Amino acid sequence: MYIPNNASKRRTTILFLLPSLIGVIGFCLLPILASAIFSVMDYDLLMPMNTMKFVGIDNFTRILKGSEFPKVLKHTFTYLGLYLPLILLTSVGEALILNKSFKGHRLFRTICYTPVITSWVAAAVVWQWVLSGKYGLLNQMLAAIGITGPAWLNSKDWAMPGIVIAAVWKDTGYYALMVLAALKSIDSTCYEAADIDGASGFKKLTAITLPLISPTLFFLIVINIIYGLQVFDSVLIMTNGGPGGATTVFLERIYKYAFKQYKMGLASAYSWILFALILIFTAIQFRLQKKWVNYDA
Amino acid sequence: MRKAPTVRKALRTILFYLMLLVIVLLTVLPFAWMVSSSFKGSEAIRTIPIRWIPERPTIEGYQRVFNMQGFSFTRSSLNSLLLAITSTFVAVSSATMAAFVFAKISFKGSGKLFAVYLATMMIPGTVTMVPNYIILRILRLLDTYTGLILPSLANAFGVFLMRQSMMSVNDAYMESAYLDGASLYRIFFQIMLPMVMPTLATMVLLSFMGSWNSYLWPLIVLTSTNKQTLQVVLGNMNGIYKNNEHVLMAGAVLTILPILVVYLISQRYVDQGISLGGLK
Repeated sequence: MYIPNNASKRRTTILFLLPSLIGVIGFCLLPILASAIFSVMDYDLLMPMNTMKFVGIDNFTRILKGSEFPKVLKHTFTYLGLYLPLILLTSVGEALILNKSFKGHRLFRTICYTPVITSWVAAAVVWQWVLSGKYGLLNQMLAAIGITGPAWLNSKDWAMPGIVIAAVWKDTGYYALMVLAALKSIDSTCYEAADIDGASGFKKLTAITLPLISPTLFFLIVINIIYGLQVFDSVLIMTNGGPGGATTVFLERIYKYAFKQYKMGLASAYSWILFALILIFTAIQFRLQKKWVNYDA
Repeated sequence: MRKAPTVRKALRTILFYLMLLVIVLLTVLPFAWMVSSSFKGSEAIRTIPIRWIPERPTIEGYQRVFNMQGFSFTRSSLNSLLLAITSTFVAVSSATMAAFVFAKISFKGSGKLFAVYLATMMIPGTVTMVPNYIILRILRLLDTYTGLILPSLANAFGVFLMRQSMMSVNDAYMESAYLDGASLYRIFFQIMLPMVMPTLATMVLLSFMGSWNSYLWPLIVLTSTNKQTLQVVLGNMNGIYKNNEHVLMAGAVLTILPILVVYLISQRYVDQGISLGGLK
């Protein structure tokens, strides 16, 4: 919009930008700088700030060489390795169903979305009880078909899969609606041509639908890796990193170093390692996308 | 010859509805289990096989939620409500005002500044969490609602969302209003805001739900029990009522119910938000 450049325009511009600028500078840019500085410092929150001392890359080496780090990596990748394929499967499946028209469509959509609006704390509290070893809903249902379920959250091997099940339950509706938006944008003539050629439903899915929604699938994978590396609420409530440290993950470690042990330097270094990991994974994704993502349509 | 396809078609329809049923059951059963458990007593809750309808329904779980030692569920619900409203107001107004400038007022460095905004969206909250806590500590704003809300001023995603929507509003309306002597404030409030109402509503809702459901930030910033939010209290209850699942389930029901009502009333805008966020 054209407005003559005068004092009143400048004043308004600054005034309108100010709140947001204070936020972005004070709580985004400045903290990034501060975090970078803290990460090379030994900073105990309980001590006065001037006792902070420079330790170089000590925090980083302590984390990377410690016996805990490989475990944190392993747990995080177990989470991602289970969660990612499952969430892609369930959200694409749900979206394919939502893309059809049927009686009760609106109700179905609402039901699918209910877990998404539920807070993680409430969802985790409920799932803890669903996954309870003896009286839990899941194991009782498994027992009904003759399977003895594991102790889930109390078992070192099954705690992480338990958290993943809860996460897939909670997130499917959200990503399904994203996939649905992509499905809706597919030109119906593609399918008409395939019908004339006599293609089967499965063939249409793999040869038309999936390639055409591949940009959305790519987006889902990228953001889910970013979010998955930062999994927190579910872990803290459902297992608190346990049993016996079997579900320690990045954010849970950072939270405990910073706010239980008050080692702010170490926690900052940890968060930069996590950030580096996020960048590396996102970069790899963007490299790989050329092989399978189709932007032509 | 004719019959085969119709049988197949019927079978496929049955299969389709069966799949629907399975998905609905998988989604709803945990909720049903939560509600059912919340109306049971501490012994009735542990039964094999499952009793969906409690034999002797009781509201003991709910009574205990409202009579907890040390912290008040009612108080924390009100805290959460107050915080959700104020932080939504702060986040949405700061983002909308900035978006108006980025969308409609040209100034030197506008493009570069917007690029900085976009870049901040890439930084995970994890990196800024520890320093933000320390900044609040230096400002002596820890354990205050002001401190909890202040970081909502930075809302790059909101700015991005609103800017997109404002760019599509025709300049002619605003230019003619300007020539008629309307100030930029009036143009903003009386022309721009009404035109982008749907996006604004979406953002208000997403922000409200995000604030109501947030856990980590209130957990670290607020330390006084009487200031704590609903999610933090429910998280604390999780440790205290480990073996009283009916109390926990009653707490979960009461935490989910308000946001569910908000969602059902305003579903249209929430759904729109997902497509706005999902499609770049």
